[in-house]
Amino acid sequence: MILDYPTLKLVWWLLVGVLLVGFAIMDGHDMGVGTLLPFVGKDDTERRVVINTVGPHWDGNQVWFITGGGAIFAAWPIVYATAFSGFYWAMLAVLWALFFRPVGFDYRSKIHHPVWRSTWDWGLFVGGFVPPLIFGVAFGNLLQGVPFHFDDTLVPYYTGSFWGLLNPFALLCGVVSSAMITLQGAVYLMHRTEGEVYERTRKAMLGAGLVLLAGFTAAGIWVQAIPGYVIASAIDPSALPNPQAKEVVREAGAWMANYRAMPATLLVPALAYLGVAAALWLAWRGRTLAAFVASSLGIVGVIGTAGVSMFPFVMPSISAPDASLTVWDAVSSHLTLTIMFWATLIFMPLIVAYTSWAYKVMAGKVTAAYVRENEHSAY
Amino acid sequence: MVTEQLVDLSRLQFAATAMYHFLFVPLTLGMVWLLVIMESAWVMTGKLIYKDMTRFWGKLFGINFALGVTTGITLEFQFGTNWAYYSHYVGDIFGAPLAIEGLMAFFLESTFIGLFFFGWERLSRKQHLMVTVLMAVGTNLSALWILVANGWMQHPVGAEFSFETMRMELTDFWAVLFNPDAQAKFVHTVSAGYVTGAMFVLSISSWYLLRRRDLEFARRSFSIAAAFGFASVCSVIVLGDESGYVVSEAQQTKLAAMEAMWETEPAPASFNLIAFPNEAEMKNDYALHIPWVMGLLGTRSLDQEMPGIRDIVARNRERVETGVDAVRLLEALRADPANADLRTRFDAVKDDLGFGLLLKKYVASMDEVTPELMDRAARDTIPKVAPLFWSFRLMVALGFALLALFGLALWHSVKGDFERKPWLLRWALWFLPMPWIACELGWFVAEYGRQPWTIYGVLPTHLSVSTLSVESLYGSLAGFVGFYTLLLVVEMYLMVRFARQGPGSLGTGRYTNEQHGETAPA
Repeated sequence: MILDYPTLKLVWWLLVGVLLVGFAIMDGHDMGVGTLLPFVGKDDTERRVVINTVGPHWDGNQVWFITGGGAIFAAWPIVYATAFSGFYWAMLAVLWALFFRPVGFDYRSKIHHPVWRSTWDWGLFVGGFVPPLIFGVAFGNLLQGVPFHFDDTLVPYYTGSFWGLLNPFALLCGVVSSAMITLQGAVYLMHRTEGEVYERTRKAMLGAGLVLLAGFTAAGIWVQAIPGYVIASAIDPSALPNPQAKEVVREAGAWMANYRAMPATLLVPALAYLGVAAALWLAWRGRTLAAFVASSLGIVGVIGTAGVSMFPFVMPSISAPDASLTVWDAVSSHLTLTIMFWATLIFMPLIVAYTSWAYKVMAGKVTAAYVRENEHSAY
Repeated sequence: MVTEQLVDLSRLQFAATAMYHFLFVPLTLGMVWLLVIMESAWVMTGKLIYKDMTRFWGKLFGINFALGVTTGITLEFQFGTNWAYYSHYVGDIFGAPLAIEGLMAFFLESTFIGLFFFGWERLSRKQHLMVTVLMAVGTNLSALWILVANGWMQHPVGAEFSFETMRMELTDFWAVLFNPDAQAKFVHTVSAGYVTGAMFVLSISSWYLLRRRDLEFARRSFSIAAAFGFASVCSVIVLGDESGYVVSEAQQTKLAAMEAMWETEPAPASFNLIAFPNEAEMKNDYALHIPWVMGLLGTRSLDQEMPGIRDIVARNRERVETGVDAVRLLEALRADPANADLRTRFDAVKDDLGFGLLLKKYVASMDEVTPELMDRAARDTIPKVAPLFWSFRLMVALGFALLALFGLALWHSVKGDFERKPWLLRWALWFLPMPWIACELGWFVAEYGRQPWTIYGVLPTHLSVSTLSVESLYGSLAGFVGFYTLLLVVEMYLMVRFARQGPGSLGTGRYTNEQHGETAPA
């Protein structure tokens, strides 16, 4: 099957979405667990219980993030170039926060010293809390537009500052993202623990879920007031990608245009509400596996809402709107998109299959007894 | 504004973080196979000691792996953060192997490493062995895709410049995958990793033997490492020669600089065993030749000439001149894309576009180009000779020293008397850092030797950087140095502590130093 160029451009918008959602569901739950770690684990054994719920899986889950980055590089190279260099300090903050995870997980319990262990616990907190927060803030800035332009040879120039990213709307998006990941982590942690840790996590789960619902609603109202972006010139989806060939205008409420044009897309934000609400209800009643599925659907809804609102924009420019990057003009060549499409189609089901097997092998509650029996090998 | 300082700092940051990452990668690549061998012995013989070997060496492997993962993400980020124009210009080709690496290899490796550590009680012996094998396969596939990407930087095949999108675009994926440069580098690099893994196990086992402790454990580990290491070091040397042969075809500038060959000699060229290169006068102040050897190694023939630096510069001077035309025509074509005549003229010279871009280091517009600047750009195509010449020789010397060590270790392991050869055990112990030094030197030769290009002959390094401020670079560089120093201290502390404690750290009751945290008796 050979897909034509416009179809592949659309497919890749979906696939990047799939990878982002996969990242938020999989790496998200262990980042959420990291965020909760210092608060729901009160002593060393409890913390080891918390850590060991994700111990065998965090590394595989982190590859969603790495593959997501690689896929954006391959499918949207100019987005990768412009976003990563523009958001330089934000990206480094994510990177440096992530440094704490591999070493935190692997090194923490290798030494019997309370200061050593509690230092790594807070390291795991930073590694779990900071990246989702910054991704949310980044999405908040994408929705408002980012100050960048290109010269004639397509060299990207970013003219904003790091502190400019921390504006109120973006911070609200950061809260939404952080709450979403914490909820995901909490639901997972409830599924894998019992007793005190379970009870504390249950409360945290409810808190995170309510903050998420409130924040998502507030952002939804606020976004109608901020100027969105519209392509004013004719669009040729089959054209060779050139991000400087179109005309873009900013308009208040433009991020609502897709919902007006295609009311069916309202199902996406509806899924966010339904998923999150169902997750809260199910988890509160102890049906943690079903709650994890619901919370994952909620993530599809939340991330999908950002995607549908902005479509076809990926990275709008506030300082040079015509240079905004869209799914039509920021993509790789037809051949590269085709090859990457097939690579994803072949490997993604395999990944899902062996990841599921790994979870099945390690299934069951992680208990204090488990930690004691595996003193020398558990995290 | 892209200044020379910004370019230098960006290069320094990439080089430092990449070389730091490669402190951990080779050990991972080699250790996984040693774990597979040890665990296979456990599954086949049922002798508990092999399980303990897998678990203990696996523990040290895990300490190393954590930093490999940590520092690997930096590299994937850094193309975007610090090399934005590079990412745009070649992302169409270069991004694909990185993404496929994630999909095909890194997921596999990372998912199964979790089960490797946590699955001992939950999997059958055969299942666990399968997990270990898949982890090893994932690790090595990961190296394959990274080296496919790197090989393309060295020898950019299967792609063409598109003036419409102002970037290189993929034309033949299979050419990129089966790039001879990538394939030769892959086998050479993973073999070097195997040597590193073998050296690690051989050294630490030798230390136990010298201290007369955990003898049975150390003996078996030593023998496995000796055999695996000997096979690997042979393969490094043979495949390294192949890698050099590929370079002689694809990158004449690197080879000429590596060998300090200033003049084109009549075939077969002689080999400079020792030379003191003089950059300013483009000659060697002193050189010790061995007749014929270079020609034989580089061309595998007696009658093919190998071009010297002076001839390459002269040839590149012509390409720079054509390149200036190519840049001018590209600018005209970008302004008037429908002009068929311009397009034909551009297509005729576009292979030299990169050589014209070299001048952007000195001038903003091709109208300012002078013949002197073109001379300078042509001279720039040769990387500095002395660092390459000496790094390469040191790497080769270490390779042969390792061959001797593993040869003797295998010999005495077959004879069964290595325990009574303290000189051999001490040699193995003190040689521990050598494979790492050789690996880093190898990467230095490969990447420094590619200068002044990021993509050889296509995209100059100074054009590839992100338009960041110099202050940002100082800040991030300081951050990386700080974080990485701290991480290295922590890693080395744990590694030394657990290596000293030995298999007793498993808490099985079968070894010395069972008490957690106790150090070895003097």
